[in-house]
Amino acid sequence: MRKVFGAFVVKEIKHILRDVQTLIILIGMPIVLVILFGFAVKNEVNDAKIAIIDMAKDDLSLELTHQLSASNYFILSELPGSTNQIENIFRKGDAKMAIVFEPDFANKFYKDKKASMQLIADASDPNTANILLNYAQAIIRNFQNEKNKNAHVPYLINMETKMLYNPTLKSVVYFVPGIMTIILMLISAMMTSITIAKEKEKGTMEILLASPLNPSLIVIGKVAPYIILALFNAATIIALGIWIFDMPLVGSFGLLTGEILLFILASLSLGVFISTISQTQQVAMMISLMGLLLPSILLSGFIFPLESMPKVLQAIANIIPAKWFIQILRGIMVKGVGIDFLWKQTIVLAGMTLFFIAVSIKKFKIRLE
Amino acid sequence: MDKPVIYSNDLTKNFGSFCAVNKICFEIKKGEIFGFLGANGAGKTTGIKMLTGLLTPSSGEARVAGFDVFTESEKIKKNIGYMSQKFSLYNDLTVNENIRFYAGVYGLSKKEIKIKKKELIAKLGLEDVQDTLAKELPLGWKQKLAFSIAIIHQPKVVFLDEPTGGVDPITRRQFWEMIFDASAAGITVLVTTHYMDEAEYCDRISIMVDGKIVALGTPKELKNQYNEEDMNSIFVKLARG
Amino acid sequence: MRTILFIIQKEFIQIFRNKGMLPILFVMPFIQLILLSYAADYEVKNIKLNIIDNDMSHASRLIVSKFQANKHFDIVHFGASAKQGFDDLNAGEADLFVHIPMGFEKKLIQEKDGSIQITADAVNGVKASIATGYAQNIIASFNKQFLKSLKHPVGMMPKPAIDVTYSNWYNPQLNYKNFMVPGILVMLVTMIGAFLSGMNIVKEKEDGTIEQLNVTPIKKYQFIIGKLTPFWILGMIILTIGLVIGKIIFAIPMVGSLGLIYGFTAIYLLLILGLGFFISTITTTQQQALFLAWFVLVIFILMSGLMTPIESMPKWAQVLTKFNPIAWFVEFNRRVLLKGSSFLDVKYFFFYIAIAAVVMNVAAVANYRKRA
Repeated sequence: MRKVFGAFVVKEIKHILRDVQTLIILIGMPIVLVILFGFAVKNEVNDAKIAIIDMAKDDLSLELTHQLSASNYFILSELPGSTNQIENIFRKGDAKMAIVFEPDFANKFYKDKKASMQLIADASDPNTANILLNYAQAIIRNFQNEKNKNAHVPYLINMETKMLYNPTLKSVVYFVPGIMTIILMLISAMMTSITIAKEKEKGTMEILLASPLNPSLIVIGKVAPYIILALFNAATIIALGIWIFDMPLVGSFGLLTGEILLFILASLSLGVFISTISQTQQVAMMISLMGLLLPSILLSGFIFPLESMPKVLQAIANIIPAKWFIQILRGIMVKGVGIDFLWKQTIVLAGMTLFFIAVSIKKFKIRLE
Repeated sequence: MDKPVIYSNDLTKNFGSFCAVNKICFEIKKGEIFGFLGANGAGKTTGIKMLTGLLTPSSGEARVAGFDVFTESEKIKKNIGYMSQKFSLYNDLTVNENIRFYAGVYGLSKKEIKIKKKELIAKLGLEDVQDTLAKELPLGWKQKLAFSIAIIHQPKVVFLDEPTGGVDPITRRQFWEMIFDASAAGITVLVTTHYMDEAEYCDRISIMVDGKIVALGTPKELKNQYNEEDMNSIFVKLARG
Repeated sequence: MRTILFIIQKEFIQIFRNKGMLPILFVMPFIQLILLSYAADYEVKNIKLNIIDNDMSHASRLIVSKFQANKHFDIVHFGASAKQGFDDLNAGEADLFVHIPMGFEKKLIQEKDGSIQITADAVNGVKASIATGYAQNIIASFNKQFLKSLKHPVGMMPKPAIDVTYSNWYNPQLNYKNFMVPGILVMLVTMIGAFLSGMNIVKEKEDGTIEQLNVTPIKKYQFIIGKLTPFWILGMIILTIGLVIGKIIFAIPMVGSLGLIYGFTAIYLLLILGLGFFISTITTTQQQALFLAWFVLVIFILMSGLMTPIESMPKWAQVLTKFNPIAWFVEFNRRVLLKGSSFLDVKYFFFYIAIAAVVMNVAAVANYRKRA
């Protein structure tokens, strides 16, 4: 029996190795994606084009304009004469934000103690608009504090603000675990769901099922080579994250390895589950692509914080395996916490894995009897 | 005398340094059943693919239904039918839909399609399953249906690439009856096979070994020439070299 | 022409016969559209706060109540110690903890000085800085109130200040759904188009039916048009349903012309289907085609400017987005639906996508060979 099983695993490994083109895709794809997304998927905005309408043109407005454009966030693109032109600039997409200084800006600041300026954002992309407004306000606040430096104020509460885990607020720290998770999960789930669905479609699954091997052994045999492949992918992804993107690895390496293995098992069993509910390869593919891709990106906390979502979505997010693993990765790599803080996530992932395996085996047995 | 329907002179196909088909020469007359015999990998399928326009030959010359295989492959396609080892019915279409689709792409008119469909279904006895998906038909039925579809547009030539693989002797016999009918109707048949009993049904056969035609003639001529009782012995003799 | 119609008919029969596929095409996209449009929001809400009041004074209670009343914060714990605050951050139970130390009020009144610690989980840097900003504003407002309440108001000159007002054009409430709904719709239409067309020819290759087609007199262009049209129609139908959902459920403003959107989608779909067919011609199994299509699409999606701003990308990546059709479509929708740009404003979008569609389809046709 063990011999048969061994022979079977060898057959599966040979299958994968023979298809060189697919193998290259499977090994190369995660590497390309991690590098590409590691650099490109961020929410810090740099070099956003802004238009400045300076109706004062005095020392103070020029100084502030200079500070705005000296920051990494903005570059000056347009200097229109009047606010009427803003509409046109936005429509053509030449600037994302316009900043308007009122006339006589400096005088009003020093004499009336109150000068006004207006920030107009192109909010057709509300996320960017939000970020840009925050940046501009922070720069203006600093500028104002700088000007008031000498006035000491009593009764002022000192706010000691501390940014834990990521003091320089780098966005890679936030996004890289998500990127790793998405790639690992989709590849693992996709690979298994398709291979098994393919055997079903071609009818070769029946031959295997008619063999003396137990159906669950057959599934394990099909999945085993992919565990190795997925582990290899995980190792490259983690290594790239650490070497290229300076991801910290504060926590325990052993725990990280264990959790990765658990997540790979969860993803592979999800793939097996998908294949048992779909009759043809195409259906399996569409479910693992259409069904998993966007929800895993949007409902996992990868890019958009889950807490900001409506309660219903937060509840739905609980069934997304990626959500739990992203929390685990951030916990181990960035926060450096141990299993005492991550037991909940671990149990959920383990539970999901068992659920998928149990349902799949049940389905296989039904077909066999 | 009629011009040959298929004419091949020194037709050759190389894949890199490997020569799959090596200078084959033959002529096939109208209505003739011509058999391509050979072991797996002897070059039968490659030969057929060149004649049907699926593969461009490396050298030599060949004409099918009067058209050149190098320059007029699209014209050839109007005049031939083809049935491959994996008879290409759409599994997710019904019997009716398969017939209508292929008749349609061969340019039959609506009326012709209707008549042909009726005729074909009656002839094959498929009345009860005409709305059944092709994948649910037994293998033998699929083969007969695929053959009927391959000649639905009454081509000059039909190419059959191992059409009877994996079916029982009775169905095979029925299948050959259909081939005889087609031949009687003036369709030239080029068939590949490795069943030696089927070779006996052919008007003439050629035996291919390693891309070359090593013997060509009627079954009787070949038996006399090699002094053997049956085709099988001749084939074994030739294939062993 | 008749040949093309026969191919189209066959493709439609095959699409609708695949019962497992129908819900994936006509139900799943719309569920995703409705649900996921609520998910994408950078506005920081429901910040999980752990507030530790070790002072228990009048002042500290006032600060706590201000946090309680603020809509941005969700107080998850009234902690007892700083250690618990850190534990909550570690476990992800809280995003922020605010610690008012013992003797805060006394020190503020007697020594005219006080301090409060704000500690944030900064794994998500943007969120952390916005959240701490909110917390600082609350404390500052307490501070102001406190200064006013002093019996002997501090006799000091008001400080010069810049009064910043801001407005968000095209989307004054920062309703991100206006932005996400059309964006997600584009992604769904793109995925369906590319996957279906990408797997189509390759499926005929795998099944062996392609050989049969290749010996028929079907011409290349007839073949491609016959295969493209059903998916094109399908794409337009999905787009239409999606727009109706956007209008009815999300009340997306449609400032610009709907005709412009349709015209653009019509060309855009040709590009996407051409891409799918191209992938189909260079692969031999559905599995390969799928991986390749997935690889391309996941890049298109994550680098489209919908999820994260294109402005945040490094220069070379920004250049790459010029080759990303989804990025073009996202920007096009934004311009036309929200800003009401006219055809003249966006004519180069049409031009660019049309050229790309031609190039892609020519490449696909050239690569699809009837003979080897």
